[in-house]
Amino acid sequence: MKETGASRRQFLVGSATGLSAAWLELRWPSILAAEAHARQAAGSGRATFEFFSSEQATEVEAMAAQIIPSNETSGARDARVIYFIDRALTSFDRDKQKLYVQGLQDLATSVRKQFPCRQWFSDLPSEQQIQILATMEHSEFFELVRLHTIMGFLANPNYGGNRDEVGWKAIGFENRMFFDPPFGYYDEEYRKKQDR
Amino acid sequence: MIHFAEKSTVDFVIVGGGGAGAIVAKELSENGFQVVVLEQGPYLHERDFEHDELKFKDIWEPPGIGQEALTNDHTLQPNTFRKSESEKAVIAPFVQYGKCIGGGTVHFTGNYWRFHEVDFQERSRWGEVGGAALADWPITYAELEPYYTKAEWDLGVSGLAGASPFDPRRSKPYPLPPLQVKSSGVLLERGARKLGWHPFPAPMAILSQPYKQRSACKHCGFCDQFGCEWGAKSSTLAAIIPAAEKTGRCEIRTSAYARKVSTDARGRVDGVIYLDARKREHFQRAKAVVVCCNGAETPRLLLMSKSSLFPQGLANSSGLVGKFFMVDLGSVCLGTFEHPLNEHKGVRVTRVVHDFYDSDPKRGFFGGGGIDARFEFYPISFALNGLPPGAPRWGAGFKKALTENFTRTVTILTHNTCLPVMSNSISLDPEVKDAWGLPALRVTYKFHPDDARTLKFLSERSMELLDAAGAVQKWALPIDDVTAAGHLLGTCRMGACPQHSVVDKYNRSHDVPNLFIVDGSSFVTSGRNQPTCTIQALAYRAADHMIRAAKSGNI
Repeated sequence: MKETGASRRQFLVGSATGLSAAWLELRWPSILAAEAHARQAAGSGRATFEFFSSEQATEVEAMAAQIIPSNETSGARDARVIYFIDRALTSFDRDKQKLYVQGLQDLATSVRKQFPCRQWFSDLPSEQQIQILATMEHSEFFELVRLHTIMGFLANPNYGGNRDEVGWKAIGFENRMFFDPPFGYYDEEYRKKQDR
Repeated sequence: MIHFAEKSTVDFVIVGGGGAGAIVAKELSENGFQVVVLEQGPYLHERDFEHDELKFKDIWEPPGIGQEALTNDHTLQPNTFRKSESEKAVIAPFVQYGKCIGGGTVHFTGNYWRFHEVDFQERSRWGEVGGAALADWPITYAELEPYYTKAEWDLGVSGLAGASPFDPRRSKPYPLPPLQVKSSGVLLERGARKLGWHPFPAPMAILSQPYKQRSACKHCGFCDQFGCEWGAKSSTLAAIIPAAEKTGRCEIRTSAYARKVSTDARGRVDGVIYLDARKREHFQRAKAVVVCCNGAETPRLLLMSKSSLFPQGLANSSGLVGKFFMVDLGSVCLGTFEHPLNEHKGVRVTRVVHDFYDSDPKRGFFGGGGIDARFEFYPISFALNGLPPGAPRWGAGFKKALTENFTRTVTILTHNTCLPVMSNSISLDPEVKDAWGLPALRVTYKFHPDDARTLKFLSERSMELLDAAGAVQKWALPIDDVTAAGHLLGTCRMGACPQHSVVDKYNRSHDVPNLFIVDGSSFVTSGRNQPTCTIQALAYRAADHMIRAAKSGNI
């Protein structure tokens, strides 16, 4: 029995008319919006951006792919973190839109300054992307993209990222409603010794 | 479901349907009394809970969504904080508590330690501690023992009686055997034995086997900060509230935010004024009131309930309402191991050490505590806060640390004494208001030097333990000043003398005979930062007293 989340999400939306309606209205509107948004996008069969232009999305995705790169295991790009971020910026992190717009402008400026023949961060070879990010790794914008990338990689797939749970698979997390022991190496070893 | 008209006078109004309030509600309603529970939060159910870290876990550093599904919401109810009485308090999210039916027992880890004898007699055993107000409780362990047993058997607690040489006497074993040991428990046991300590199976308020028509734990791993989707965690939501409602005499009223306990001309309480979800005011009349809001909100409500008869606040002739505020203190060390532990599976804690529980004059300071091994993280919070110091924060190195360490990391957490200090307090902020226009909760807190020494001492033991268990890498988190806290205790101190305490040994107000205060606020000393079991034992005991007093016309 693997939790898919769908029925629970439906319940949650449905229960807004039930007992705790007032409370849900107060507390969870932004969360529910994010979930509804992700579900709508998934249901319509086409993933589109609500906040980013395709150029902006390409730039942010390139940043995310440097923060959690794809190598032997999946990275931010495989997890489609960019869709998580887009949804975050049109729901619970709406107030961070300006930071992204300004941050992307600053990014473009520093790309042109350091590599005058390139226009976009995403056009740069990987080493040069890393070089650029290293100069801005303490900025508010970078911190936010980092936070969003981590969330989009490891949050419940309901929110648009962590596609096919690739983020969870990469770190060894299993989202299940039940497990049976042994859980890890040391308790397995312990049980074997006790059985002897 | 029963609904009492507001005009009717019920026997008891209970403010707060959490770990204590729910128990009092059940005991009173089962004994024939009419009860209304006013709860400021919602009434959630198992089906409302999810494995959704973004929705439920409080991980926001830096602040992200900040949705507090199960706990108090600082955007609606701001706190202000200062370290000393001479400072002006500034807005800061300091206290955390459960805000839903079941209170903190919905999202708690489930650690369920009884106090030991010493916890009730710190003053007479140790003597005075400069700068602190160490005092004995007016009750002993032996007096509370039957109620510990009652709590364990009513709620459903898993553990192994007699496994710890430090355990106090108990009249009955645990109702359920210990939960399945995890790798963290095995490593703690291995390390502790090597050091000559005495590890034992953790007493947990989580069902290891089906109990009273509730499901056993399925080891899904989402206990701490989450509501149990199986109903296997012995929260009052799962274990107590259904019985209270079944009596037909207990009404649960949610989104009911108490702003004042009302008093009549004779100085007795006559009901509670509260605001509903639309901020409309209501007044529920009652013959007696039981305040169970926790160690921070209880004193706030009493202070907000001042009147011409009670100009210092209700039940506050001693001036001690809000004083001696104590919080959860503990050190955190982490280690990584060669093989996967997969700590995201199963309950948080399976083995505990109590070798340093008592204070020891040889250490040169007051204080002690317990040690457990656990994994404090979920995927996102691990990526943000679980990596070793110096690990890269992005790029291939970051990902390597993340993917290698998630299954191999363990936390050694300690649970320490927190000294009662008069100037540590909860009071009403003179300027800041909450979303309902009520005075914000103001915290004044700075830990006592002996608390800092205890933290350092137990942090060092934790590092030894990690070494002995064979950790590949280990690190200790710095012992910083406290700027946020749960386990809110001490602010309506229990005692025999009305000048030096707020409630008597049965949790009844010294000043107002039909007012009871039942939660962590009546704690005289902190215990070892595992208060739930004792809060609930006190709730059973106080309810027992209320029933006897009410039946004999003594309320």
